[in-house]
Amino acid sequence: MPLKIRAALLLLLPSLLLLFALFLLPIGWFLSSSIMELGSWEEVMAEADAVLLSGAVGGALLNTGWVGAVVTLLTLVIGYPVSYALSRARGAAFTVILLCIVLPYFTSTIVRTYAWMVLLGRNGLINQILLGLGLVSEPVNLLYNRTGVIIGMTYVLLPYMVLTLYAAMKAVDPRLMQAAEGMGASPATVFRRVFMPLTLHGVVAGVLITFILAIGFFITPALMGGPGDVMIAMLIEREVELTQNWPAAAMMTVVLLAVTLTLYAVYSRFAEPGEAMR
Amino acid sequence: MSAGSVALEGVTKRYGAETVVAGVSLAIAPGEFFTLLGPSGSGKTTTLSMLAGFVMADEGRVMLGGQDMTHVPPRGRGLGMVFQNYAIFPHLNVAENVAFPLTVKRAPKAEIAARVAEALEMVKLTGFEQRYARQLSGGQQQRVALARAIVAHPRIVLMDEPLGALDKNLRYHMQVEIKEISRRLGTTVIYVTHDQEEALTMSDRIAIMERGRIAQMGPPREVYEKPDSSFVAAFLGEANLLPARRDGNAVAGPGGARLEAGAGALSAPEGLLFIRPEKVTIAPDAPGEGPNMLPGRVRHASFLGNVVRYAVEVPEGATVLCDAANGAGATLHAPGDPVRLSWRAEDSRLLAA
Amino acid sequence: MMGPVWRATLLRALVVLLCFGLLAPIIIVAIASFSGDGYLKFPPESLSTRWYERFLGDPRWRQAIVNSLMIGALTSVLSTFLGFLAAYAMVRGQFPFKRVIAALLLTPVIVPHVITAVAIYFLSARMGLVGVRPWIAVAHTVVAMPVVLVILQSALRTVDPALERAAMVFGCTRWGVFRRVVLPLALPGVVSAALFSFLTSFDELVISIFLAGFRSETLPVRIWNSLLLEVEPTIAAVSTLLIAVTTIALAIDALLRRLRGGAGMPAR
Repeated sequence: MPLKIRAALLLLLPSLLLLFALFLLPIGWFLSSSIMELGSWEEVMAEADAVLLSGAVGGALLNTGWVGAVVTLLTLVIGYPVSYALSRARGAAFTVILLCIVLPYFTSTIVRTYAWMVLLGRNGLINQILLGLGLVSEPVNLLYNRTGVIIGMTYVLLPYMVLTLYAAMKAVDPRLMQAAEGMGASPATVFRRVFMPLTLHGVVAGVLITFILAIGFFITPALMGGPGDVMIAMLIEREVELTQNWPAAAMMTVVLLAVTLTLYAVYSRFAEPGEAMR
Repeated sequence: MSAGSVALEGVTKRYGAETVVAGVSLAIAPGEFFTLLGPSGSGKTTTLSMLAGFVMADEGRVMLGGQDMTHVPPRGRGLGMVFQNYAIFPHLNVAENVAFPLTVKRAPKAEIAARVAEALEMVKLTGFEQRYARQLSGGQQQRVALARAIVAHPRIVLMDEPLGALDKNLRYHMQVEIKEISRRLGTTVIYVTHDQEEALTMSDRIAIMERGRIAQMGPPREVYEKPDSSFVAAFLGEANLLPARRDGNAVAGPGGARLEAGAGALSAPEGLLFIRPEKVTIAPDAPGEGPNMLPGRVRHASFLGNVVRYAVEVPEGATVLCDAANGAGATLHAPGDPVRLSWRAEDSRLLAA
Repeated sequence: MMGPVWRATLLRALVVLLCFGLLAPIIIVAIASFSGDGYLKFPPESLSTRWYERFLGDPRWRQAIVNSLMIGALTSVLSTFLGFLAAYAMVRGQFPFKRVIAALLLTPVIVPHVITAVAIYFLSARMGLVGVRPWIAVAHTVVAMPVVLVILQSALRTVDPALERAAMVFGCTRWGVFRRVVLPLALPGVVSAALFSFLTSFDELVISIFLAGFRSETLPVRIWNSLLLEVEPTIAAVSTLLIAVTTIALAIDALLRRLRGGAGMPAR
């Protein structure tokens, strides 16, 4: 029995109120009052010029885009075979692969970041292995630089990519591929001509969701990056926590929010909202 | 006693611009087995939903047991109901499912136990109390649903295509059983189905619905043999509908043949002549003319076992279906054979096109 | 050209390696937390529980555990309750702008947490709510509710509306339908939602950094504050506790799924 409109809206009211009071209203208020503080339109534009085109912010924006792109590419390259295997696995193999993805997925970001900090340190396991194999003669700096940031973020974001790809791959009817093979196509051809096109929308959705999450990241780059690896989210945090420079924070927030929401709009055309969450 | 009586008075339901039920009125006597029959989208399910209280009528009144229940929610209507896919609660066992209407009313434990036992015995499910729905066959689930619908001794029971999911043999069996139980308890049953055979077998009266209206209402034999419209004629079984026009007191059929039609002849000059295939007599072509005779040629003969169905081509390219009983000494006509068709005037009717 | 057998073997080896790579960091931290050495070394040369002793012996860490548990529990209750109402409306309701509302309810997951955090901080600082634990839980509810919604919508979609109609015909009020039919059938989903919303809050860092203040540091905030100074081994012990909580939550969820989908009697 369908709910009456009034009953449905009444049930939604508490959540919508919460969303309004602690999400929409604060974001709107923070942005408008911080920017209004500056006074006239000219001053706002001047401040926007000064903040967004300053070396620090410009550099951070570039960093953010670049790191986001590299991390997204890496998660795709690593995630594709894993999702493929997951979508074809049955029984115990399926459970094991799923566990390997889901356990890190639900573990705190800071714990996962810390784990890689331990591994990548000068005396960490990775350097021990590299030294032990004789690949390097002295410990390599893997932490507090771009390499560390990329390794850490790739690890943290990989489950999102894998789960999005998996959703698309699971939906492919295996009989289609059997049919193609039955018609004489080689496994490589089947993969390239049947499987890839059918999962392409999943790839687009996965790339978008990973990139969206990557450009808003700040825990991992803040802990694993060096002075040159500042990302935009870190700058926002610093402007608020350290200098209390609300207008500058608001300017950067507008840029980050605009990019995120635009990409989300594109993403929602490729995937059901919330698909990547479970 | 009016406890089991049901009446709809000009009941209408619209969804947006679409009128799903358009001014339906009907009166059902206590203890009657009443069927709403119609194709999907005819409004029969919406009508039942208004009787149950799931859907509120936009206009008109719903009377149950002589009381106006138009705006009473389902729980206040005191009905029993059997749902299309049974709607057995999966988290409750058979006994708890059947007890549900009594548990909700907080009936005394002893009374619940006694009534559940009685209802289960009536549907022959004694011994299945502890099972869950997924451990039951389709037929058994059907019985649970039936027991749950009658356990509180409602005067009126609604049934929404209750046998739709069963295979043919089981369906026939359940038809008989439902009919028997309803007769024993004296409950009024309002039964929704799209299966005309089921409607004819079970009902005291049938209302045939078409696009939100009742096209015709009456006892099975009456609506079958004396349809008021070509829709009813065609929906209830096979029907021959031959183009015809009025010619004085008679009717001019295909090829100008003079035919006679039974009562209910139409006022309009043109229409369709209705005749059931089993009412048509087929004979080898012999000279002679008479009323209600049509010469023709067998185009196709289907052997159905107890019946042979002929498709006979008559003048002007029309085809008449004719069912001949495959009785003792019956002769079979081969395709191409010239034949003569005839029927009794009272078995045919001239209907609006 | 590679033969198909080779290719399959290669893929299998690659996947095993990658899966190992996904799990290994977590396992290594857990093992290293039992190290008896002066600094974090893997493999550890000796085993001890000294880092756990130091962790649990420190009143600030102990306070952080209490804070995290309290905030997590409150978030779980709040978001599961609000989320259930909303999920029911989304699954059963027909109303204008449904798609827009659905998208809106999920946006807190997509909008970078820094932005949400800064905005809530902006509001909280003016209202003197920084460091107030129930308030932190309310803020966590904003990001936990989408998780609850996704879980409960799929749980409620499995409840046949005909069952609700049946309950109404047989005498139930709206509340009776909810209590006797909807809730029991959606219960595994509700427990799942409660677990994962707890986990969301228990692991949340960004909003907590801004709202915790000095008084209400959660475990992730404590880790963050100490990691900014040095990579000390106590944190391995704390991390292992967080990993254990996640593992237990996932195990309970898996168990529930098995009960829900498996043969035999339903959990009653």
